[in-house]
Amino acid sequence: MSILRVENVVSGYGSMTVLHGLSLEVEEGKIVTLLGPNGSGKTTLLRTIFGILSPKEGKVLYKGEDITGRQPERVAHTGMCYVPQEENIFSSMTVQENLEMGAFIRDDDIRPRMEEVFELFPDLTDRRGSRAGDLSGGMRQMLAIGRALMLNPEMVLLDEPSTGLAPFLVEQIFEKIKTLNQQGVTVLLVEQNAQALRCADRAYIIEGGEKKAEGTAQELINDEEIGKHYLGR
Amino acid sequence: MVELIVYGIVLGSIIALGSVGLTLIWGITNVFNCAHGDQMTVGAYVTLLFAGIFSKIGPLQASVGPFSFSWGVLVSFIPSVVISIGLAVLMDRLVFRPLRRAGAHPMTGFIATIGVAWALRGLVYIIWGADFHFYAEGLRGMLFLPAGVKLRTDEIFIMIVAWGSVAGVYLFLGRTKAGKALRALADNPNLARVAGINTERMLLWAWGIAGALVALAGILYGIETQLRPEMGWIFLLALFAAVILGGQGSVTGALVGGLVMGIAQQVSTLFLMPTYKPAVAFIIMILVLIFRPKGIFGRGKAK
Amino acid sequence: MIGIVDFLVSFAIMASIYAIFSMGLNVHFGYTGLLNFGIAGFFAIGAYTSALFTAKMPTGALAAYVQQAFGLNMPFLLGVLFAAIFAGIVAVLVGLLTLRLSEGYLAISTIGIAETIRIIFNNERWLANGAQGLIGLKRPLSGIVAPQFYNYIYLLIVVIFLLLIYFALERGIRSPWGRVLRAIREDEIMAAADGKNVFHFKLQALALGAMVMGIGGALYAHYSAAIQPSVFEPLFGTFIIWTMLIVGGTGNNKGAILGAFIVWALWSWSTFAILKIVPVSFQTRAPYIRYVFIGLLLVVFTLTRPKGIIGEERQVSRF
Repeated sequence: MSILRVENVVSGYGSMTVLHGLSLEVEEGKIVTLLGPNGSGKTTLLRTIFGILSPKEGKVLYKGEDITGRQPERVAHTGMCYVPQEENIFSSMTVQENLEMGAFIRDDDIRPRMEEVFELFPDLTDRRGSRAGDLSGGMRQMLAIGRALMLNPEMVLLDEPSTGLAPFLVEQIFEKIKTLNQQGVTVLLVEQNAQALRCADRAYIIEGGEKKAEGTAQELINDEEIGKHYLGR
Repeated sequence: MVELIVYGIVLGSIIALGSVGLTLIWGITNVFNCAHGDQMTVGAYVTLLFAGIFSKIGPLQASVGPFSFSWGVLVSFIPSVVISIGLAVLMDRLVFRPLRRAGAHPMTGFIATIGVAWALRGLVYIIWGADFHFYAEGLRGMLFLPAGVKLRTDEIFIMIVAWGSVAGVYLFLGRTKAGKALRALADNPNLARVAGINTERMLLWAWGIAGALVALAGILYGIETQLRPEMGWIFLLALFAAVILGGQGSVTGALVGGLVMGIAQQVSTLFLMPTYKPAVAFIIMILVLIFRPKGIFGRGKAK
Repeated sequence: MIGIVDFLVSFAIMASIYAIFSMGLNVHFGYTGLLNFGIAGFFAIGAYTSALFTAKMPTGALAAYVQQAFGLNMPFLLGVLFAAIFAGIVAVLVGLLTLRLSEGYLAISTIGIAETIRIIFNNERWLANGAQGLIGLKRPLSGIVAPQFYNYIYLLIVVIFLLLIYFALERGIRSPWGRVLRAIREDEIMAAADGKNVFHFKLQALALGAMVMGIGGALYAHYSAAIQPSVFEPLFGTFIIWTMLIVGGTGNNKGAILGAFIVWALWSWSTFAILKIVPVSFQTRAPYIRYVFIGLLLVVFTLTRPKGIIGEERQVSRF
């Protein structure tokens, strides 16, 4: 059952079109990776899905419901969460406050959920009261993801979580993503780093705003052409 | 020197009070509200208006404690704050929101607020004229502090009101869910929306705070100096500088920036003519923009 | 009858001077997208430079009341020339300081710089007589006609400058240099990618526009024959010119001239209208109705064409 469907989306900034009719599908409970170089439209796609950008053409369907162009504040209520690549934390607020803000639209007691997030990211526990902007790169990424998890989402959109992280941290992040997925969260992971294929079930390759390849992660890893062209082999 | 620093703190407290609203709105909407100074002027004059009305009532004519102004003036704070909040919300509805909805560039908002500032100032001139006005006849009460510092009792009042209000704002921003959401919105508007925080509703809170504080700042400035139609516009320049020094969207930054500006301006009179004070604020501001554009507490990316 | 003609001539002189300022702003903003909110500064530099270069040093009794840094007693045209040059130099200095700042900060910095210039002239008496300013400035060709007709001559002078500047700028915008400016306004990043040194072009545009403004300042100085720092304040020295450019249509010089005439007409004729309608007791305050008019005019224009002035927000977010 596909939880997210993107159909022929044409989207961009002002007069500049970045996505030229892109389609993809994410099945519930899976990890789907979207790989592509800089400027290929990965971030534009996520922004279009979450309503920050309105597509000129095409549709975005979440759990069968048409959410095309819906404002992000409202998309946040659907069960989908988004972790942007940059400026993805409230740097002037503490770690704890960041998580509280993540849970803003909830009315119930958020403390149990907060503990669960700290369990997933134990390094953050000692830094509850620290200013988010003072954290190291790796911790900030974890906090950014943690913020999104406070809503107990069914699905998360992750925009290049490995950005600027040392390799061992990248490994860690991808491990956490797998753990998250095992807990039942569907993941659409957008990355430049081909390592992201290893934790994925399915993958798409995008370049210049167009889909260049798709298949199971294993298929793409094995494909030599793709390996040369896109994965830097 | 100590004297100057003390006066600088008094002046700086008023600047700080006025800057908080400006930085909040700037942080959330990315628009620099040039009418903020004239909103101060309106706040001061509306108090004058109501004080005039209340001065007809006997018991309200007496001075408040050791201060120069009457109970009538003090009571007038309330309608002034209320009207200022109303004006702020009106400005948002009529000017800011249509521009937001149209996706206009923030500098367009900047230009529009210049028009609003002009219009407000014109109204003040028309209703009250160009002469100076005062809340009270003459000054009362001087405190003689060590190091040759002479402080008016009124200035104690100013400090109490300014920092009391700031404390109130801090409590709101630090302890309440709405307050935290406001900080989040000022810190990172895009992420706040992604988290589901409703910008329009939170903006009302921001305008409410801005409206209240700016009216108080205007009144306090009127107590400290006098009322004249240009008072807010002149003040705006110091507010600009304070907010830029403090960093976009940072309330703490605005407070620090305000104090620094106040102290810098007063201390500068040691070696510059007093009329250079606005220039001092500007020089500091430009230096900040050149060397550290995001200010002390600003966001990661300079805007 | 004569009264109306005189009024129209005075009106036309001021409107033309403002038209020159608007064209200068058009070079900055209309062509290059620079948010110069410090026009008053260049206005002041132009006016004071021309004044000091063309005036004589005060001697005798006058020297007790008037101080100035220098007085070279040069002819009018040289005064205007140096006004342009000095305004250009100041522009380059300002540009070196501020052009690398993002636009909002550039705008605010220019306000500060203009105010600082005004404050310096106000305080430093030795420079140009401080707050009292300079009087008795040269009036070119004043010997030719009787004093009551002098304005007609001056109008001619101003209009000649207006036309010269207009045609020069129109030529400039169609040149390769002008095209680069427009490319920068449209999309700075792409212009830079094309290999253009964006910073240098902006600096040149800043200097050119400032020189035009300097000429305007000089023309103003010799028209009013007296200048003080209070003239060069943000309202009449900067924001009214922005209003003129916005009302007339940013981006083209005809619009700049048209806007100047329209707004100045509104400004000066509304004074008359107000004074006629309003009771005597109210007359000192009535002129401020214009503040409200022009303020609302500016607001209405930005609201009716929200993207017409600066275009779209380049950021991703949309409210």
